[in-house]
Amino acid sequence: MRHVIKIITILVAISAIWIGLLQTAVIPNSHTWLLPIYLVVLLGCYGLLMVGVGLMRFPTCPQEAMLLQQDIIEAKEFLKQKGVDFGSD
Amino acid sequence: MYSGIYLFICLFCFVLFRDVEFEIIVVDDGSPDGTQDVVKQLQQVYGEDCILLRPRPKKLGLGTAYIHGLKHASGNFVVIMDADLSHHPKYLPSFIKKQLETGASIVTGTRYAQGGGVHGWNLMRKLTSRGANVLAQTLLWPGVSDLTGSFRLYKKSVLEDIITSVVSKGYVFQMEMIVRASRKGYHIEEVPITFVDRVFGSSKLGGSEIVE
Repeated sequence: MRHVIKIITILVAISAIWIGLLQTAVIPNSHTWLLPIYLVVLLGCYGLLMVGVGLMRFPTCPQEAMLLQQDIIEAKEFLKQKGVDFGSD
Repeated sequence: MYSGIYLFICLFCFVLFRDVEFEIIVVDDGSPDGTQDVVKQLQQVYGEDCILLRPRPKKLGLGTAYIHGLKHASGNFVVIMDADLSHHPKYLPSFIKKQLETGASIVTGTRYAQGGGVHGWNLMRKLTSRGANVLAQTLLWPGVSDLTGSFRLYKKSVLEDIITSVVSKGYVFQMEMIVRASRKGYHIEEVPITFVDRVFGSSKLGGSEIVE
């Protein structure tokens, strides 16, 4: 099934539930009208939360930078022995 | 200023030399800084069938660079990675091992999983990276944790199939590749990688290599 169709299906399902709630008035209609807005706000907050948490927990690797510098030095030595001239950085 | 390509090639060969049959294809878009001279010297050291230099007259873009490199590839698998040492060749064995274990069509490197990471990114860059990732995850459900990474191992036939159907350019290109692959139902696995940024500043050199 194409991805777009999946998304549309979910939206249709949510709309159906919403209209159903309006019809049967299980929850007072004044609340039901606002439900979509609550949903959008909730989704927005969830997104911001994920970005914030992801930002705080962003994996970093400062030790890798040092290892890389060592590897660079070793590689330069090796190539020098093989007679490769790479100028200066 | 010379780019780091000679170091990249040296480390690459060091990591894989005894265990795996490979060739390195360097797609160079007219870098003016003596890059090609250095690569030619390395061809003397490692052999001309090991390092293939396939330059292009001017800067033509990443997607076409991949297609260009792919035309010259002769193996069964293709690894695409940056040649400025932000992608370290030492992870290549873990890519290969994962592919052998799982038979995956694509093995993609992720900077976000346990064991992965970045270095040299400021807050803004981390923010845009996370923001783009959350947005893309919510909308696209790609099934991979790192959508914009460009350190990947592909089966050659799979890469050929996807690359012809990708339409975007630049930053989005990498995302589109992996999303299309996911939609087509290809088996995708991930390995953690570390990304050390800006060791060799300016230009973005992409080298693609084939592993048999």
